Amino acid sequence: MPLTREDIARRIAQEVEDGFVVNLGIGIPTLVANYIPSHKDVMLQSENGLLGVGPFPTANEVDPDLINAGKQTITTVPGSSFFSSADSFAMIRGGHVNLTILGAMEVDEKGNIANWMVPGKLVKGMGGAMDLVASARRVIVAMQHTDKEGNSKLRTKCTLPLTGLGCVNRIVSDFGVIDVGPDGFILKEFAPDLNPSLIKERTEGKLTISPDVKAMTL
Amino acid sequence: MASKVCANAAEALVGVKDGMTFVLGGFGLCGIPENCIAELQKLGVKNLTCVSNNAGVDDFGLGLLLQTRQIKKMISSYVGENALFEKLFMSGELELEFAPQGTLAERMRAGGAGIPAFFTPTGVGTLIAEGKEVREFDGKKYILERGITGDFAFVKAWKGDKFGNLVYRKTARNFNPMAATAGKITVAEVEELVETGSLDPDQIHTPGIYVQKIFQGSNYQKRIEQKTLRKD
Repeated sequence: MPLTREDIARRIAQEVEDGFVVNLGIGIPTLVANYIPSHKDVMLQSENGLLGVGPFPTANEVDPDLINAGKQTITTVPGSSFFSSADSFAMIRGGHVNLTILGAMEVDEKGNIANWMVPGKLVKGMGGAMDLVASARRVIVAMQHTDKEGNSKLRTKCTLPLTGLGCVNRIVSDFGVIDVGPDGFILKEFAPDLNPSLIKERTEGKLTISPDVKAMTL
Repeated sequence: MASKVCANAAEALVGVKDGMTFVLGGFGLCGIPENCIAELQKLGVKNLTCVSNNAGVDDFGLGLLLQTRQIKKMISSYVGENALFEKLFMSGELELEFAPQGTLAERMRAGGAGIPAFFTPTGVGTLIAEGKEVREFDGKKYILERGITGDFAFVKAWKGDKFGNLVYRKTARNFNPMAATAGKITVAEVEELVETGSLDPDQIHTPGIYVQKIFQGSNYQKRIEQKTLRKD
């Protein structure tokens, strides 16, 4: 069985180090917050203008002036700060955020990412994604390995309009953990129920199985 | 000095005309100038260009002006919460210029700060870079983006004084401080209008120099798009 969305989030949470400032995108990345162990001191940045995102509010705590980048109601943690969107993206563009975790429609073997537009079909916009991937110190993508028809979303070359060039460092998909290296994808870990050769078969882009590949531990 | 204080949106929006460009604060429906948008709808001005991170939802925020076909062009980073927007764009009734969120914030900031253009790494190698100058600094590529100003800027603050000093609240600050600097005429609507001198000068987010008109808004809905609660 491939990983569930929760499992992908749980695995990505292992990438978050003590002292990090992390920006979480919408969807699976938002779930990552649930799995960061409490002994790690981590500040979550929300690009609309908050450093120090807390849990969702109780019914009594709901405040329409306090939302995250996904427009969800949230709370703050001790030590949090509010700022303008210009300051927020100064943090992001200036490389002050340690880690960006976001979703993608496609990633290719050069580390290019597409996640904002399907020509003629989907006009939503990039929001902050282009800024986030252009200057982040490290970019981890949470995504499904294939589409509903089983076509690989880890491509030789992205077919959709790009969000950023050569910016993805690591992918955690429902199949495994894949790094983007100078010579394409490298399978580092595989979902416990899958095997590396099957994952390679289901990946369109060039994928090398790392000599130290191992089963993922959650 | 002539007073900046207006009784309401109708008084503050005197001078708004067809074809103007408006820079608006707000993120989603958070911190949007609700009263000014409602007044624009009432005035019925047309062929507007609106610079705003989002385009509201179908029946609120800038979505109201899409319903009445008053907007000719939007400059935004994300319009995904608005089905009508998608329909109008697909049918060619609405022009759209996508600007990445950080680029949009910086374009407003630059416009208000007298900087006509700036280089940013955001969007290099994407559709956003098409037709824009690319320059390399220290081995990395950047694209040239233009500052933005508007005939009017509309911002929403929590508190404001009669000189136009503004204080925002929590994440309702978002694009408002930059939008405030980018209007030839900036209109601030506030939840609470106080006497000049009663706000702590150390806590002011937007100095009053940027604000030409200010009024205490009414009937704030402050709609929540995604009410998400903790389970315990």
